[in-house]
Amino acid sequence: MIPPVFVAPSLAVAFPLIFLAGMSLMLLLLGVARKTEDFKSVNNLAIFSLLAVAIVVARFSDERMEGLNGLFVSDPFAILMQIMVLVGAAVALSMTPRYVERERLMRIEYPILVMLSTLGMMVMITSNDLMTLYLGIELQSLPLYVLAAMQRDTVKSTEAGLKYFILGALSSGMLLYGCSLLYGYAGTTNYTALQLALTAEAGMAPGVVVGMVLLMIGIAFKLAAAPFHMWVPDVYEGAPTSVTAFFALVPKIAALALMIRLLSGPFENMVDQWRQVIIILSVLSMAVGAIAAIAQTNIKRLLAYSSIGHVGFALLGLAADNAEGARAVIVYAMFYMVMTAGAFAIVLMMKRKDRMVEQIADLAGLARSQPLVAAAMTIIMFSMAGIPPLAGFFSKLFVFQAIIDAQLYALAVFGVIASVVSAYYYLRVIKVMYFDDPADEALDRSNDPALTGVLTISVAVLLFFIILPTSVLTWAREAAAALAQ
Amino acid sequence: MVTAGKRNWLPISKPTRPTGKERQQTMIESLFFYVLSGVLVLSALMVISAQNPVHAVLFLILAFFNAAGLFVLLGAEFLAMILVIVYVGAVAVLFLFVVMMLDINFAELRRGMGRYLPLSGLVGTVMLVEFFWIFSKWTSDTAAVAPHMRHAPLEVSNTHALGQVLYTHYAYIFQLSGLILLVAMIGAITLTLRHRPNVRRQEVSRQVDRHPKDVLRVEKINSGEGVS
Repeated sequence: MIPPVFVAPSLAVAFPLIFLAGMSLMLLLLGVARKTEDFKSVNNLAIFSLLAVAIVVARFSDERMEGLNGLFVSDPFAILMQIMVLVGAAVALSMTPRYVERERLMRIEYPILVMLSTLGMMVMITSNDLMTLYLGIELQSLPLYVLAAMQRDTVKSTEAGLKYFILGALSSGMLLYGCSLLYGYAGTTNYTALQLALTAEAGMAPGVVVGMVLLMIGIAFKLAAAPFHMWVPDVYEGAPTSVTAFFALVPKIAALALMIRLLSGPFENMVDQWRQVIIILSVLSMAVGAIAAIAQTNIKRLLAYSSIGHVGFALLGLAADNAEGARAVIVYAMFYMVMTAGAFAIVLMMKRKDRMVEQIADLAGLARSQPLVAAAMTIIMFSMAGIPPLAGFFSKLFVFQAIIDAQLYALAVFGVIASVVSAYYYLRVIKVMYFDDPADEALDRSNDPALTGVLTISVAVLLFFIILPTSVLTWAREAAAALAQ
Repeated sequence: MVTAGKRNWLPISKPTRPTGKERQQTMIESLFFYVLSGVLVLSALMVISAQNPVHAVLFLILAFFNAAGLFVLLGAEFLAMILVIVYVGAVAVLFLFVVMMLDINFAELRRGMGRYLPLSGLVGTVMLVEFFWIFSKWTSDTAAVAPHMRHAPLEVSNTHALGQVLYTHYAYIFQLSGLILLVAMIGAITLTLRHRPNVRRQEVSRQVDRHPKDVLRVEKINSGEGVS
């Protein structure tokens, strides 16, 4: 709706976005002016500005604020998700320098593209309009395609970039078609106005349902939920490992936040219609994550399938459609990030005679050569499998609690079965490390303090969550409560 | 939205009986609509079925022109102009260049067609039937749509109306689009630029800086001795 007189909106609400955009442009100029490609200082400045923005976002008021002519919204949910995305991106960047140095990828565009992609994710999370949603998604994905194809002299990397790009374009097409159907019905793209227009009776109109489903499919592509996951293993395997770490850590969180926002906002009154879609996505993702991962020999592919399975579990919480469910999804996303960061720190450490290796078999004998790293990997794998008392167990527990409250017992049973099946391949990694004889020399010792730091923090969080669970849970509960308003 | 033009999309008030002149006008409008969209669909079909890639691009240009015509019918002259200028003027011409410069063997690209045709045909048919079903039952939330569908006052031109909201109400979106274009530029440079050392390049500043005093030397050569 267009008010007759234009009043310039306050830009204060968008300060974090403007700051991040300004910093990335400044770094771009800096990189161009200093002709020697000074990767490390640009990377450090990028990490610094991401963390600074995270602090600014954290200081935002807890009230729900709409701004920029109704295109932008900020509430505790958006704040929490933005902090997760920003910190995740900073962690992913902190793990890169040694890797890109070894692989000759020291290009200042790398951290700048990561920053711009993170900006796109913040736009997605704070979107209050279908147009901002779409532009956020595009701003988020375009840098990712470039990053995937960054190692342009290897066939695998370019293939990963191209595959990601084509499927991304397909998903954007579906998303836009869905948006246009919704706009055609309701005559508005604003979430708040859509929520009023899309009542339960609207759910009877086939155009609205198809529009909503297409929109959800577009986001499911970004979430990498089955059956829209075909690109994930190839892209994870082909992209440079530090880029893969970023892919696994951050974009999914933003897509998940967007899905939660849409389902609890504009589509709030159409639960009966979207619940079946979420259930199908969730069940298929859990199945693919559990079964297809068994045959993998490459650790990056294994983590790709494992991430598909985790998305399935997270969506399970959404299917519950209650406050418990939203809280469970947020907690799940948090611990997923922690576990993935740790796992990729170890993958980035895996090198033999100064060359990166990425087969699971290469981990054989790690327990003897580097017992601490092997122990850390064991904890992360146990946590991913959901074994108590690690944090991964609790995140699964909350999801199951939520769907049992919603009386979706069959789903809960399926989830437990998928969880048990997937435990097989997590345990296989541990078996390889502790019981298999190494075929080759032992892996090199890592001398990168950043990787060790990320790994230590990740393992510490997974181990000690049980001692101090309240603050994390309160955060998640407040964020989930803000959604219900 | 503001781009809606002279045609009234939804009967907001009770429709009155059309006069003879009005009826004639609607008839001409629908005639134009069917001609333009018919040619559009046919040329789109030709784009994907033409044997010669150059012909395919030329049909694409025809399709763009017809789409622009449809925009004019809707009263969105600005979009029509942009479509012609950007898509026909720039994108399609670039396409043409690329197709002519790269020797792409389209017969080779089409080879797998027979194998995938049954499955893709099935998927396509199912989707077509589904969309017919959607639009046969299409309803709009008239009460919600009506206020958004009012057309701009006649004295404000289409371009003016777009400009009024694009840089004010939608400034955020406008800036975001700018960032996306920036990313596209950075991406294209990152993926294609290669620094080649040891290549002889012309450096204009060095050429201008050269002074005859520094590089020329006049020697007096005695006959029969040569230059040392």
